[in-house]
Amino acid sequence: MTRSNIALLVLIAAVAALPLFGGAYALRLGTIACLYAVLALSWNVVGGLAGYPSFATAAFFGYGAYAAGVLLGHGWPLWAAIAFATLSAFVAAAALGAVLLRLRGHYFAIASLSLAEVLRELVNNATDLTGGGMGLNIPLASGAGIMAEATFFFFAMWGVLLATALMAIIVGGSKLGFALACIRQNETASSMVGLNTTLYKAAAFGLSACFVSAAGGIYAAWVHYIDPSDVFDVLYSVKPIVMALMGGLGSPLGVACGAFLYLGLEEVVWRNYIQIHTGVLGLLIVLLLLFLPHGLSSLRPDRLWRRAKHV
Amino acid sequence: MSELLRLERVSRHFSGLQALRDVTLSVARGEVLGLIGPNGAGKTTLVNTICGVTPANSGTVTFDATEITRIKTYQAARLGLSRTFQIVQPFSEFTALDNVAAAALFSQPGASLKGAREAARAHLAFVGLEAQASQPAATLTLAMRKRLELAKALAMKPKLLFLDEVNAGLNSAEVERATRLIHELAAGGITIVMIEHLMKVVLNVCTRIVVLHNGTLIADGAPREVISNPAVVEAYLGQKYAQRSAGHG
Repeated sequence: MTRSNIALLVLIAAVAALPLFGGAYALRLGTIACLYAVLALSWNVVGGLAGYPSFATAAFFGYGAYAAGVLLGHGWPLWAAIAFATLSAFVAAAALGAVLLRLRGHYFAIASLSLAEVLRELVNNATDLTGGGMGLNIPLASGAGIMAEATFFFFAMWGVLLATALMAIIVGGSKLGFALACIRQNETASSMVGLNTTLYKAAAFGLSACFVSAAGGIYAAWVHYIDPSDVFDVLYSVKPIVMALMGGLGSPLGVACGAFLYLGLEEVVWRNYIQIHTGVLGLLIVLLLLFLPHGLSSLRPDRLWRRAKHV
Repeated sequence: MSELLRLERVSRHFSGLQALRDVTLSVARGEVLGLIGPNGAGKTTLVNTICGVTPANSGTVTFDATEITRIKTYQAARLGLSRTFQIVQPFSEFTALDNVAAAALFSQPGASLKGAREAARAHLAFVGLEAQASQPAATLTLAMRKRLELAKALAMKPKLLFLDEVNAGLNSAEVERATRLIHELAAGGITIVMIEHLMKVVLNVCTRIVVLHNGTLIADGAPREVISNPAVVEAYLGQKYAQRSAGHG
């Protein structure tokens, strides 16, 4: 395993120690940090490795939230609802991917963006099943105390993050990762050497969906109430892209760091500029991308040191 | 000699442009066939049509006793049809080694990444690029990238190899080197169809030549006969010149 992958696992292990240090706020922040990292690492499979700019993350997230939410309402246990959301998202996304990923560049971006809109409309109109625009109440998981429940959902989200990170590491070193790198660089040449591009792209799309759906399911159980405009919010599609760009495309460590950095920025800016927080956040992101175009992972202490010596 | 590839009345058009018109062609096992013709004659389209990039609108393509007219590109590659591109198509961020490994990995079912890299090293050595194995493809010279294309094509263990202008843009020493490689390949038993503009190379290497002009085959035969064929001279140099050279002859 490479050093950067070990660093990623150490980082994730460090996040697990969070409940030792803080109260409810730290747990909430930690849960969202794990969620963000799941979204960014998943997006990276199709966006960073295969080079397809997917805006479908919100669709996967909302799908997971509703699939798990509806099943929990029917009395399924949490683990079964999450497992169903994960597997069905993988299958559905792989099937959709085989069709959608025939489009390239901007065309693919728009098509993937519409996926969330389609699902949102479906949920809005399937009132009997989903409650439509009224939203969906999800029964409380247990009678345990507030802190116990917060801790439980933190670790559930953390578990999904760990699974996503392991997936990202395994894919990176596998035939699939190699194939996606080929596709990103030259899709025509890829099929010329016998690479079944449709198959690999579909697999990548499926993998980029399943853990996002799992996270969506846990999110639904955690907040107890979801509605279409919340879980199909386009920001769930945009944020992971920004995180991955901030962290450095392609490298799982960089992408996870980008997710944590983004959350930090979001929190700080939100607290200090409540009126204009989105504007300030946007400005900060532009500055970061201007001055660190290859993301955080291009920022190496040893490189700075070497440059200083030549002065 | 048994037949490896057969085209039966193959046509392909791009909306209004008829790129190939009723091309019927047979390639025998072990042959080195030269495919020549003026610019825009449809030579690359013919290769693309056989490899499944731009499938034929009508007619049939048969390879190794299997009909492959509507085959997908990656399936053609796995059947043993491989090609080099006129405009080189490397995976530019990959090292030379990984470029070739990709070809070995995806064209052979069940291949592992490790095994593919080992095989790739041998193919790089064959084309004389072992010193550049760990260099990104983007940093190689044009001549090296052409040879990298060749190594990639060979890593796919082809039965039939299309060489699309492997010598274009090379200096004479490089051309000589590439020609030697082609000779070695032919001696190794790979059937080769080469698109080539350099007559010296064509006459030196090919056992048979076909000439494509405006999407139609206008000549087919032994190299010396074909290049003195009036129809071929006319296709290349125009009617006036053809009459003049016929007069002189």
